[in-house]
Amino acid sequence: MVISMEDVEHVAKLARLYLTKEEKKMFKRQLSDVLEHARIISGIDTSDVEPTSHAIPLANVAREDEVRPSLPVEEAVRNAPWSEGGAFMVPKII
Amino acid sequence: MEFETIIGLEIHAELSTKSKMFCGCSTEFGGEPNTRTCPVCLGHPGTLPVANRKAIEYTILLGLALNCEIARRSLFHRKNYFYPDMPKNYQISQYDIPLSKNGFLEIDMGDYKRKVGITRVHLEEDTGKSIHVGESGRIHGAGRSLEDFNRAGIPLVEIVTEPDLRTPEEARNFMIELRAMLEYLGISDCKMEEGSLRCDANISIAVDGVQGTKVEIKNMNSFRALQRALSFEEKRQKEIIIGGGKIPQETRHWDEAAGVTHTLRMKEEAFDYRYFPEPDLVPLEPDPQIVEELQKSLPETPGQRLDRFIRKYGLPKDTARVLVYDKKLGDFYEEAVAKGGNPVAIAKWLAGDFVGLLNEFSIKVENSPIGPHGISELILLVERGVISGRMAKDVLKEAFQSGESPAQIVSRKGLSQIADSEEIALIVERVVDDNPQAVRDFLEGKEQALKFLMGQVMKLSRGKANPTMASEKLRELLEKRQ
Ligand SMILES: [Zn+2]
Repeated sequence: MVISMEDVEHVAKLARLYLTKEEKKMFKRQLSDVLEHARIISGIDTSDVEPTSHAIPLANVAREDEVRPSLPVEEAVRNAPWSEGGAFMVPKII
Repeated sequence: MEFETIIGLEIHAELSTKSKMFCGCSTEFGGEPNTRTCPVCLGHPGTLPVANRKAIEYTILLGLALNCEIARRSLFHRKNYFYPDMPKNYQISQYDIPLSKNGFLEIDMGDYKRKVGITRVHLEEDTGKSIHVGESGRIHGAGRSLEDFNRAGIPLVEIVTEPDLRTPEEARNFMIELRAMLEYLGISDCKMEEGSLRCDANISIAVDGVQGTKVEIKNMNSFRALQRALSFEEKRQKEIIIGGGKIPQETRHWDEAAGVTHTLRMKEEAFDYRYFPEPDLVPLEPDPQIVEELQKSLPETPGQRLDRFIRKYGLPKDTARVLVYDKKLGDFYEEAVAKGGNPVAIAKWLAGDFVGLLNEFSIKVENSPIGPHGISELILLVERGVISGRMAKDVLKEAFQSGESPAQIVSRKGLSQIADSEEIALIVERVVDDNPQAVRDFLEGKEQALKFLMGQVMKLSRGKANPTMASEKLRELLEKRQ
């Protein structure tokens, strides 16, 4: 399963990633490997295997209902390209 | 053509835990934007959610109160969607294995009762809030939205009913019943105005027993809005059917100001949420012993309290309903009864004048300037004949405004009614002497004249004469004149 350079560029654009030529080559190879891996796995007969949602046999992990400090608001919005009055600013949605 | 309206509801209620569903941020309402956020509820990569035990317990408690089966194993799922009100681009919810399912809640419509099936009760997290700002020219000349994630991650229960409701009034009553249940369980604030209780509806019209197309209605922000929107939609759909048209499957938006619904999106535009099991959260397997303890800890339900008020205190159903469907008013009532006074009289005063004053001054019962003790005192003053019912109305209003106790007001203003038989006899005699025409009218059989004479007695006594004693005395005297 091989994906094209155009596919890599398209996905990078959707994810707003700016990749160098070398990075694009690397991701082309890696993504192709991932898809190839999935192709091989999908060939296995799983008709009598229960679907697995969790790989570890563990249940009921919970915490007590206790308030813990939140982030200072400047920290919360620090990585946002735009913010205003502590709110994240995004382009118009509707 | 025989029409039957088919309604189902989907309700969301925020749980009143102290901290959010999967992180320790506070759930308190309000606050400056994003002051209650952390890497978990902001969806930062590498963070892990951990479920709030209290929220799980609350959901099980609600499931039990709604007569549901509690799942022995339940999963959280990711509900994927692209909208900026959730920083993760998915909401942690439940999908095919909710915490509880297959229950019912009975509603009382006065003339009849209806058992409404509960399809499921599940646990999820609330989303953030988007504030849409108009065209400003600041981001590449486009309008923008401001995102506040203080609400994102607050535990939310979703309750889905079977399509068992038949009228908009039933839908409204169901919400009243459910809100009361949440209030009695003490698991949600149920403030529709703050958005902690929200409701969407499905409505279709069956024609001659044949199922119709389901239309989903959103944006109903009060019980009144729910009833109005459903009534509008019921009429709209019937008109289309009568006109020979077809109802398209769609989601419609209720416009409260205009009093109409309009298309929000068609079926083809429905979202595919690509649900999959949340890998960061392990399954929930409620311990049967804890479930049993929760079952035992269930408090009295609104329905049970209504029956008790009617049976134990002899209240008329309508009065009892007013007291029961506002839990705090019901608590207030029971406290007042414990302090003394006739339970029926106390109920009548609370459901009538007292509620009227609360509404008039926009005060919540828990902030009432006059407490249960004051109400009991007022009723006892009436029962002992110290003041008349008429005077009690004014005393209540004054106590409500000043915070003074009814007894203090009565003594300060010298309001005690005249319940001394000799004093009343003197007043009545004077009225009879002064109004010979009215006396003659009465003796000629005009009952109206008696009312006039009573009015004169009250006027002369400046409203203080005990009405029962005065009217007895008046009749006695008039009979002598015959
Ligand atoms: Zn948080």
